[in-house]
Amino acid sequence: MIQLNYMLIISAVMMFAGIFGFLTRRSTLAILLSIELMLNATDLNFAVFNRMLYPGGHEGYFFALFSIAITAAESAIAIAIMINVYRQLKDISVGKLEKMKF
Amino acid sequence: MDSYNIMFIILAVMIVLSSFATVLTKSVLRAAAYLFFALLGVAGMYFLLGYTFLGSVQVMVYCGGIVVLYVFAILLTRGAKDKLSENTRSKIFASALLSLAGFGAFVYAIFKANLLTEMLSTPEALAEPSEGAVISINEIGQHMLSTDVNGYLLPFEAVSVLLLACIVAALVIARKR
Repeated sequence: MIQLNYMLIISAVMMFAGIFGFLTRRSTLAILLSIELMLNATDLNFAVFNRMLYPGGHEGYFFALFSIAITAAESAIAIAIMINVYRQLKDISVGKLEKMKF
Repeated sequence: MDSYNIMFIILAVMIVLSSFATVLTKSVLRAAAYLFFALLGVAGMYFLLGYTFLGSVQVMVYCGGIVVLYVFAILLTRGAKDKLSENTRSKIFASALLSLAGFGAFVYAIFKANLLTEMLSTPEALAEPSEGAVISINEIGQHMLSTDVNGYLLPFEAVSVLLLACIVAALVIARKR
């Protein structure tokens, strides 16, 4: 029987893999990939808590749904910013991004 | 060992391995490819929970949209040549230690909290989704566009405005001057 705990551990593994990537990566796009991993772990947690602890309601379900929509918007903006930064600096690694305004 | 357990193990292994590969691989493009499989694994978990619409949204938005967007961005910025990092060994070690410590704290909290026995009198097993647990498309539509206690009309409209603003802003930021 699949318990709630196993699901939570899987999402915790995803979360901390994302945190490790966030801390060690140098390229900003790779950092964004790590952030996607963390956001997915939280979405999975919302769905799992809703399904297994409170199957009568749908709050976690809709929170996950809206979270996916907002994540899509966030990554689109972040990628636009990264492409713009690349046009200006020809490099998107965090070591080179020192000025906020060009 | 019923089919739910077998699928759960397959998806769990897929998610864990792809997550590690995403943050450990040398090439950013390859990291995006591994992220694709981690997202597919999460979508499979949603299907396993009985949330088929959420799983479909995950496949369409993440696997179909965001990963493709990332691949395009990586290729446009010549990010494919970026290496993992030129970090010192001590910094990688410290990051790994921090992540492991946090993970250990999480696992300890999960098992200490004993959620199932305390919060729910009859534990919901994953094997067969009960009738009330799985939400139908009809119900999703009713919830999305109703204004009563369980309605989500205001966040729905807010997200639509957010997406519009996001499209305009992405065009403004990324346009050629």
